[in-house]
Amino acid sequence: MTQAPGGTRTESLLEVRDLKVVFAAQAGLLSGLQGGKSRYARAVDGVSLDIRPGEILALAGESGCGKTTLARTVLGLERPAQGEIRFEGEPIGSSTRKLRGYRRKVQMIFQDPSGALNPRQTVYESVAKGLRIHKVAGDEERLVAQALSQAGLRPPERFFMRYPHEVSGGQRQRVIIAGALALQPELLVADEPVSALDASVRGEILKLLLKLRDELGLAILVVTHDLGLAWMIADRVAVMYLGRIVEIGPARQILKDPQHPYTQALLSVVSDSEGLEQIILRGEPPDPTRIPGGCRFNPRCQIVASGKAAELGIEERCRTQDLALEEITSGHSAACHVLSAASGKPGNSSPT
Amino acid sequence: MSVLSLRDLTVTYQTRGGGLPAVRGVDLDVNRGEVVGLAGESGCGKSTIAGAILRMLPDGTDIGGEVLLDGEDVLKMKVGRLRAVRWKDASIIFQGAMHSLNPVQRVGRQVAEAYITHNPGKEKEAQARVTKLFEQVGLTEGRVGDYPHQLSGGMKQRVMIAMALACDPKIVIADEPTTALDVMVQAQVLRLLKKLQADLGLSMIFITHDLSVLVDVCDRIAIMYAGKIVEQGRAKAVFETPEHPYTKALAGAFPDIGDDRYRLAPTGLGGDPPDPADIPSGCPFHPRCAERFEGCDTTVPDLYPAGEGRRAACLLVRDRSDA
Repeated sequence: MTQAPGGTRTESLLEVRDLKVVFAAQAGLLSGLQGGKSRYARAVDGVSLDIRPGEILALAGESGCGKTTLARTVLGLERPAQGEIRFEGEPIGSSTRKLRGYRRKVQMIFQDPSGALNPRQTVYESVAKGLRIHKVAGDEERLVAQALSQAGLRPPERFFMRYPHEVSGGQRQRVIIAGALALQPELLVADEPVSALDASVRGEILKLLLKLRDELGLAILVVTHDLGLAWMIADRVAVMYLGRIVEIGPARQILKDPQHPYTQALLSVVSDSEGLEQIILRGEPPDPTRIPGGCRFNPRCQIVASGKAAELGIEERCRTQDLALEEITSGHSAACHVLSAASGKPGNSSPT
Repeated sequence: MSVLSLRDLTVTYQTRGGGLPAVRGVDLDVNRGEVVGLAGESGCGKSTIAGAILRMLPDGTDIGGEVLLDGEDVLKMKVGRLRAVRWKDASIIFQGAMHSLNPVQRVGRQVAEAYITHNPGKEKEAQARVTKLFEQVGLTEGRVGDYPHQLSGGMKQRVMIAMALACDPKIVIADEPTTALDVMVQAQVLRLLKKLQADLGLSMIFITHDLSVLVDVCDRIAIMYAGKIVEQGRAKAVFETPEHPYTKALAGAFPDIGDDRYRLAPTGLGGDPPDPADIPSGCPFHPRCAERFEGCDTTVPDLYPAGEGRRAACLLVRDRSDA
């Protein structure tokens, strides 16, 4: 088994290797008629990562960084342009039959519980839907009851005949989770699982995710913009910027002692700690149709902007040399020329 | 003297099912140059308060109590006077700036019109004002001629801020001004608001569900639940040592990253914030409260003193101050 950056040599449940997902950004009608070319958005631009059984990995970053596209590709909802996804050692493939088996083991939890539930279906119907699609053998009622009760809706029979509008927002999210659990998955992919919920309710759902991991041994990939959420539930954190993971490692290390300047900046603006100076990056997250050359973060990097990179004599490298993740300490990797310079290594150029 | 005082403000929406009490008796003062935060979850009444201050709520909505803007009751103003006051004495930065701008008008023009409405015929001054405002909010002059779709979310929010400042208002109401923005852009906009507030000595009401944002920006904050203020005090004190069990739960949703108390230990409440049509008896928070005891379901708590400049509507606080 190959080893992903930031991983250790444990058997992986999910392996993502050098994944690339590209979208054609259509030229507008007018410019198309004038011969304007379509541009390509490199939404995911060379990502490798591992998820181990029973592990919670938070994929964090701002909108447009590619985190949702990566999650959708893991689910088989987007086709990669390059790279490979393996589940329990097997490539997930693209044939419908293979995908169907895979999609039973890997379940998605959507962001907005109100939008994801059919308002005219009872809780029972919503949870049983997946069982029917996947033609799961066994006593349906028992399986639905078990899933509801695992999701914390007890006694489950009390919820069978309710409609989504008859339960609370937090309970709706539990119904969604029960629908996923009914299929006895091994990996949950949760895209912003609590951001549509009221703040006071979020903690209960996060507690549930932790409990499912502890009791059922579920692995969870949580896509989030919220580093506070990562602190509360993740074992490891991967920070994405413009289609790449720029730093990955144990949550405690990433969130208490970040090494990549982007992670440092993100943390500085959400942290309340006194004395920590806010690093507010200029500009907006750049456009995946125009990924800058060199280190893709260089146009916004505070180390480049402050002249510190020039002082270290590496500014040229920052502006021209793309680079891959490099291990800093065991299991903790980042992609930054400053770190490579500090460790005395020349800074890997990207393998891609 | 306060720039703005709310006195026993009540707002009841009219629906087909009858009256819906969204704000149920709120007192709040904003002093000159002060930033007061209003926090709470959806349906707690915080945005309704913003609407009530400028009387921008749907026709037929019952508004009771007083909204004193520099001593003058907005609720008693005639329409003409109200129009003169809106934007000039009190302006508002809406949530979702992206959708508040006119998509087919150049943004500079939109800001200019906010000025001209209150300074009829002063076209030249308006141009100069727009130039100055764009500079203040950190937009390059070239952006004046852009349409909203040419701007990023953060830039659009800056245009909204410029518009709110166009007539030098006495107070600015910011209703979730950074909610739809990414954290880094949010930080940029917050830094801008803080700078403008300090430079211009603005008085502000800052409304958001994100308690952590308020701590950074506000002098004082008030936490709302089910149409009432349940706790108020100095921003930092309320966030760091909450008195009301609801404030504790809300603060727990925005943990300090690195604080070991929250590591792998999220905290939250069961249930939902109450439906305004069906507010629980006694303390409206009691069905969700981990610390409830006998009497919570029957006694409506007042805001009891809880230390310097601090008040909380919880019987535990009452009992403690009695002892």
